[in-house]
Amino acid sequence: MNILGIDTSCDDTSAGIIADGRLVLSNVVHSQIRIHSPYGGVVPELASREHLRNIMPVVREALLRAHLEFPDLDAVSVTVGPGLVGSLLVGLYYAKAIAYTHGIPMIGVNHLEGHILSIFLEETSPSFPFIALTVSGGHTSLYHVTGYGQYTQLGQTLDDAAGEAFDKVSKILGLGYPGGVAIERQALSGCKDRINFPRVYLSNDSLNFSFSGLKTAVALYIKKWREDGIENNNITQADIAASFQESVVDVLVRKVMMARDKTGISTIVIAGGVACNRALRERLFREAEAHDLRVYIPSPQYCTDNGAMIALAGYQRYLAGEFADLATDVRSKYPIKDLPLIEAC
Amino acid sequence: MNDISFTSYTASADETISLGRKLGAALKTGDVVALVGELGSGKTCFAKGLGLGLGVASDTVINSPSFSLVNEYEGRYPFYHIDGYRLENLLEFLSAGLDHYFNMEGVVAMEWADRWPEILPDYNIRVELMIEGEVNRKITLTANHPRAIEILEEIKNA
Repeated sequence: MNILGIDTSCDDTSAGIIADGRLVLSNVVHSQIRIHSPYGGVVPELASREHLRNIMPVVREALLRAHLEFPDLDAVSVTVGPGLVGSLLVGLYYAKAIAYTHGIPMIGVNHLEGHILSIFLEETSPSFPFIALTVSGGHTSLYHVTGYGQYTQLGQTLDDAAGEAFDKVSKILGLGYPGGVAIERQALSGCKDRINFPRVYLSNDSLNFSFSGLKTAVALYIKKWREDGIENNNITQADIAASFQESVVDVLVRKVMMARDKTGISTIVIAGGVACNRALRERLFREAEAHDLRVYIPSPQYCTDNGAMIALAGYQRYLAGEFADLATDVRSKYPIKDLPLIEAC
Repeated sequence: MNDISFTSYTASADETISLGRKLGAALKTGDVVALVGELGSGKTCFAKGLGLGLGVASDTVINSPSFSLVNEYEGRYPFYHIDGYRLENLLEFLSAGLDHYFNMEGVVAMEWADRWPEILPDYNIRVELMIEGEVNRKITLTANHPRAIEILEEIKNA
C-alpha cells in the first residue's frame, strides 16, 4: 500500500511516498527541484504563497520518482499542525483535493509526531520505549515514547529553540542562514574550550531547556570582541563558533542523560534539523559507548522537515482507523498531548 | 497629541517579566505592543510577562516565535506574539499573512516592530529595551495615541 505524505508547516514544501508503512519510494523537498521549476529564478524561502507555487510540482516529482501515478495511491497523509495557518492550509487543501478526486482516505498528522517517528524511515530503528529529543529551529523538546501514538512530553524550551540560537549567533557573526550549517563549518577550525559560555540547566531535575541566556551572552561577547579589535586579541571567529556550539551540545547531551536517569530508558532517538549537527552526533555516539546507551539519529534528509515522515506517521494512524474528513481544519497550536492515543495491540 | 513615556530599569529577567506583566494586565482586545531592542535585550522575556498579565495560564510556556513567526495563546483575550526576525522585507511579511493579526480579536505583541513601520498601527505602545549590562535593562514605554496614553497612565499610577 502506498501513502503520500505532504508537509507545508513551515518554510519547506515537501512530499514523500512510502510503501507498506516504511519503505521510502520518494522524498522531495522543494529546494531540490527549484531549478526545474517553471518559475525559475530566486524563490523566497518563506511565505505561504510559495507553498502554493511549489505544492503541485513537488507532489508531481514525488510521484515521478516513485514511478507511480495518483491512482496508485491508497491514502494521503498531511500535516495539520502545528505551524503557520496560511502555510498549513495549502498542504491540507491540496490533500483534500487529492482525497476527494481519487476517492482515497486522508489522514491528518501532527508535525512533531512525524519528527519523533522519522527514525523508522531508516533500516535500523529502535524498539519501544525510547527517549526522543526533537531539536530544530522551532523546537527543543524531550519525549518519553512508549509506542506509536504514545508520547509524554518530559521537557521543552522555555524561550529559544536550540536551532534558533544557532541561526541568531550565525547572523551576528555574519555567517549566513541556515545558521546550524554555517556555525558547524566555522567551528571546525576553532577551539571549543576557548571561551566558557554559560550552560543553562535550570534546576537540577528540570528537563526543560533555555537558550536565550546563551544567545545574549554570545551577542555581548561578540560586541566586546569587535570593540577590542580583532587584531588586539587572539580569539578567532572560529573559536567563538566552536565554543558556542560546545555549550549547546553540552546542554542537549546533559538533558538527554538526565532523561535517561529519570526514566531508566537507555534508547535515545534524536530528530529535527539540529540532529544533523556533527558535533552533537559525535558526542552522543561517544556517550553511547561510554554509558551503554543505544542512540539512533536519522540521516540528514529525514532530520529536516520532509514528507516521508508524515506518510509514516499517517500510516500508523491509518492502521488505527483515524481518518480526517473533508471538514478537517488546520491547528496552529497542536501540542503532542492533544494527539489521540493509539492503543497498544 | 504629545507623547508620554516613562522609563524603568530592571536588574534581572524576572524583573523584566514583572514589568511586562503589569502592562499586560492593563491591555484590552485591539491593543498592540511594539517591542523594540537588539538581540538579547529581553523582547521575548517582556512578552512572557505580557502573556501572564493577559491571563495566559501560568503552565503555558510562552517561548520565542522567531521560527514559527507567530505564537497564539488564550488569555482574557487571544494573545498573538509575532516575530518578523527572519523576514527580509514587507512582501515577505505580507505573504506570511502576519498583517492579518492586527484585524483579529485579541492583543498583539510584535518583536522587531520598528522594522515594519508600514504595518505597525499608530495606536501601539512602544516598548524599547536597551542592554545596560549583563542582566540590566533600561526599558522605556512610549505612547502617542489616546488609547495607548490611557494605558500608560493606568500602569504609571498603579
